[in-house]
Amino acid sequence: MRTRRPRGRLLAAAAALALLMTGCSDGPARDDGTIRLRFQSLAWQQESVDANKELVEEWNAAHPDVQVEYVQGSWDSVHDQLLTSFEGGEAPDIIHDASDDLADFAYGGCLADLTELLPERLRADIPRQSWETTTFGDGVYGVPFLQEPRVLIANTEILETSGVRLPTAERPWSWEEFRQVTKDLTKTMGKGKYAVAWPLKEPVSVTLNLGLSAGGRLFHRGQDGKVTIDFRDGDGVVPGTIHDQVNVDRSASRSTLGMGGSDTLPGFFGGKYAMVPLGFSYRQQIAQQAPEGFRWTVLPAPAGPDGPAQGVSPQTLSVAQDSAHKKEAAQFIDFMLRPQNMVRLAKGDWMLPTGTQALGDPALHTEKDGWATGADLARHLRSAPAQAVRGYPEWKDKVATPAYQEFYSGAIDEKELKERLVKDGNLVLARYQR
Amino acid sequence: MTALRTGRAGRAGQYAALLGYLVLLAFPFLWLISTAFKPPRELGSLHPTWIPVNPTLANFRQAFDEQPLLQAAGNSLIAALAAALIAVVIATPMAYTMARRRGRLTTAATGWVVVSQAFPFVLVIIPLFLVLKNLQLINTLSGLIMVYVVWSLPFALWMLVGYVRAVPGELEEAAAVDGASRLRTLVSVTAPLLAPGIVATALFAFITAWNEFFFALVLLKTPEKQTLPVVLTHFLGAEGVADLGPLAAAAFLATIPSLVIFAIIQKRITGGMLAGAVKS
Repeated sequence: MRTRRPRGRLLAAAAALALLMTGCSDGPARDDGTIRLRFQSLAWQQESVDANKELVEEWNAAHPDVQVEYVQGSWDSVHDQLLTSFEGGEAPDIIHDASDDLADFAYGGCLADLTELLPERLRADIPRQSWETTTFGDGVYGVPFLQEPRVLIANTEILETSGVRLPTAERPWSWEEFRQVTKDLTKTMGKGKYAVAWPLKEPVSVTLNLGLSAGGRLFHRGQDGKVTIDFRDGDGVVPGTIHDQVNVDRSASRSTLGMGGSDTLPGFFGGKYAMVPLGFSYRQQIAQQAPEGFRWTVLPAPAGPDGPAQGVSPQTLSVAQDSAHKKEAAQFIDFMLRPQNMVRLAKGDWMLPTGTQALGDPALHTEKDGWATGADLARHLRSAPAQAVRGYPEWKDKVATPAYQEFYSGAIDEKELKERLVKDGNLVLARYQR
Repeated sequence: MTALRTGRAGRAGQYAALLGYLVLLAFPFLWLISTAFKPPRELGSLHPTWIPVNPTLANFRQAFDEQPLLQAAGNSLIAALAAALIAVVIATPMAYTMARRRGRLTTAATGWVVVSQAFPFVLVIIPLFLVLKNLQLINTLSGLIMVYVVWSLPFALWMLVGYVRAVPGELEEAAAVDGASRLRTLVSVTAPLLAPGIVATALFAFITAWNEFFFALVLLKTPEKQTLPVVLTHFLGAEGVADLGPLAAAAFLATIPSLVIFAIIQKRITGGMLAGAVKS
């Protein structure tokens, strides 16, 4: 009897295994002539997910012959996931991503050129500078639809009691004025408190995008079409200001240099920092987490000779080159980005729409939660400087991130920063442009 | 006396080190639990507390409302259980052969097992994707399970070889001398002694599959097939922004099965390891 028990167990295990495997099989495939598209969305905040799902449902109800399946992706790993899907020919038909992630996919032939697929209404509605973010070579490989400027989220009480001039989108602080304001403000705040907290865990995009206002370009395209890095006077304004705030004036907290934006919020709510430069969409988190009675406001980021210009990498909708139904996919994108729908998506993500008509919606011009300040900045937003530079991700990770981090912490001076960004950087870019 | 005092001091030091280690291990988990029960305003507090001032279940409600956690947990459970079971079924006889039959082939096989663990995910994912696509196993749990089995097999094999070698060959010889057949020896003598090792290996394969993220992300397309680690990333936004409360609540729930399985099996592993170690 005892020798039979293990056999019984083996049989049970085999049966369990068979049961498990049968539970894994796919259901029968449907083939009723209906076109089925997969839309991978990266929306993650509940309001945004709801807005996206509602729009998909509305489309499906109105288009029984073209059904869209909503698939949720994740910002955290979208590049690797898309790369694998493209290689395997299994990419979603409609792809939600950001413009700074598209270059390799566009040049690699993974995305469809939308130039002939999009209706005139949509092309005319989105400004030229936004289209530039998704234009690679002669083609347009995505529709930019949501964007966010970097703004200063400020503690209203501290700023009001200090008596400093509050900047507006029409009259922002200059970078010199900003430095002086933070210096003065820190003196009034007391020990252990700072006028500004720069969350610079990812310092490169912040520096480059804000640097546009001071005439920073860093990347220069030659007549042969090749891009090289050159560090000129304008490129040093923003990094120099931050460096001096941290290391000379002590008006910016050193400890937040390695933090992400969310990590600075407890200190901001606790009155330790008067201002935090953050992406516009962080307002959602602030509105949710701010202590009762805490008053905050949204101020434009400082401006330079070029005004409050800023680089942005808008969220985009693209169509996979392998999609068998590109025309229908483009029609779905057009539906998603009708002005009233773009407003819903913008409100859901607490971002600004790129569409001119959507941007004019009164709901996006209220003083509450700083919407008006952001909307006023929209026309100053430009394509991020590194947008179409091949090799940028490697330059960012291997060269620029450590160089900027060391510069901001005071470990290296501007001369060494410049040398590393330019000399080491050009070696990296050259490999991608042979 | 001196020796005794030194012994006490040494023991106290050992306990202090153990306590420090436990605190180090427990800290992230306890913080996760604390975060899961905190309302948004407490999450943004400059002076966070271990015990939530106004504990709430809202994060759990939100996590369940926003994401199909139960469905994803079910998928993870199927994938992890099947992967563990298949890995053990394949690895056990292989390990027995590799441990008992010494030769060039087994040496080469052992070398290959060790080397095969050195391949990073990113190196194999695209070829693997194409292979599974040809087999029409993309977007199926069967395909994912196959990947998990292959992925955990080398280490499972390596673990089990060690366990088999620890079982003295003399016991099997003694059984043979007593007239037991080969099968009877394996079933009645070797298998019971090997059971803790098999359980530990299955546990390893289960945990590996339960926590695995990247393969599941790439191979599973439709929402209803996604596993728990993939669904958890839906609480993450761009640039590391996270919906911290619901993320902590969901992550806390995701750790429970592992804890339960460890709690049930732990006694068996240690008990089995020690069985027969001392002559009575």
